Amino acid sequence: MIEASAISIQAGQYQLREISFRIESGQYAVMMGRTGIGKTTILEAICGLRKVSSGVIRINGQDVTRWTPAERQLGYMPQDLALFPTMTVHRNIEFALRVRRQPAAQRKRRVEELAGLLRIEHLLERSTEALSGGEAQRVALARALAGTQTAILLDEPISALDRQTRLESQQLLKDINRQTGVTFLHITHNEEEADALADVRLLLEQDPTTGLIGIRDA
Amino acid sequence: MGGLSSCFIVLILLLLIADLSFTSTDEFLAALRKPEIRAAFRLTLGTCTAAAVMSVWVATPLGYLLSRFRFPGRRLIDTLVDIPVILPPLVLGLSLLILFHQPFPFSGLFVDTPPEKLAEVAGGLQQKPGWILDEWLRNTVGFPVTYRWPAVVLAQFAVACAFAVRTMKVTFDQINPRAEDVARTLGCSRGSAFLQVALPQASRGMIAAGTIAWARALGEFGPILVFAGATRFRTEVLSTTVFLELSVGQLDAAVAVSLLMVAMAVFVLLILRWLGADLSS
Repeated sequence: MIEASAISIQAGQYQLREISFRIESGQYAVMMGRTGIGKTTILEAICGLRKVSSGVIRINGQDVTRWTPAERQLGYMPQDLALFPTMTVHRNIEFALRVRRQPAAQRKRRVEELAGLLRIEHLLERSTEALSGGEAQRVALARALAGTQTAILLDEPISALDRQTRLESQQLLKDINRQTGVTFLHITHNEEEADALADVRLLLEQDPTTGLIGIRDA
Repeated sequence: MGGLSSCFIVLILLLLIADLSFTSTDEFLAALRKPEIRAAFRLTLGTCTAAAVMSVWVATPLGYLLSRFRFPGRRLIDTLVDIPVILPPLVLGLSLLILFHQPFPFSGLFVDTPPEKLAEVAGGLQQKPGWILDEWLRNTVGFPVTYRWPAVVLAQFAVACAFAVRTMKVTFDQINPRAEDVARTLGCSRGSAFLQVALPQASRGMIAAGTIAWARALGEFGPILVFAGATRFRTEVLSTTVFLELSVGQLDAAVAVSLLMVAMAVFVLLILRWLGADLSS
């Protein structure tokens, strides 16, 4: 479960005030809103990469507002995927497990399990620079899943893919959400994508009279 | 426009041709066989390498800091880094000399000064009492710096490091910071994200920074002359050799050493080009 209670975020001149929403465990939430309204900022605040000036963020009921990104143990997949270019696909997926000092046998088992789930077994020894857009997206998802049992935060993860690959990826994301029970929060501009994936929709919009940005369930 | 641009190229070529035509292979080899020049060559290789390693060591975290973080005083630090580049070389050497020999302000309050020394100060025979860096290094640490080889390294480092910092900042500017953010969500601290994700991506930039620092250290002369002196077999590097040979009228030897330095610089430039081509591909 991800819960934001009246969080305010200051980013330079830009400010988000008293944003609240709640996503139940295992739900697939889609966040929408016009470009530049602050969707990525909210995602970064939830995973701990951006400080909130007030309010509370709870993960599975626990207040994590002052926790570091490492302590929150949430999977994060940015728009540009940000795969580690000096590592192979295997090392990318294994990264969180290595950092958390899991034994080699356990790491191996988990990487194989995730590679099977995402159908990327044949890519494991490849360099990340030799991947297609769809392959890179699946590797980034596997890497994020390796680091969390709780929630994955995805920032327009499939917007750059062609239509066919995007449809396949949508199905894959939904399947993984159902199979793993991990909560998903997914940012998109694409209505079709939202229709296919969303259990719950969060619409970030600006009040025309007050100018304040708020979230409503759509 | 082409004619105008070619003037510079022609000038460089003419300079090299002039140097080459001034000396013969025999004279060149004879000069390089001189024991003092061989000692200067060895010292140059050693000090340039030490200055380059120290520069990369310092420039990597500093370049990362300037590239990734916005903090109070960042602009000031960014400007300070460039000061050794724009400072006249002799002034830099003089500043180093003053730093090592001037008593630190107010340090006299904390240093016990013998009464006879205080009397000398009062009589104008001695400097004001206080903590002096060079004295402390020589007497307490047992590592004298001024007019010794460490002074050569420090003078080279002061300038070379500025170039290395610039190179490392550009290197980190070109690396996607998102990867470090992702690493932090996967369990890394900021430091560990730097070490595990950013640093491996910056390896070619580090080689480039080291090469630039090395080349810069090779060409250093003014600060070395002032801060380390030009004592044969002790603080003489190739740039000071050119000066010493010229000052005693040994033009052949000066030109031979100059050509050797040109060859070393060209070699370093070729490495840089190769690294640049590799990076862009």
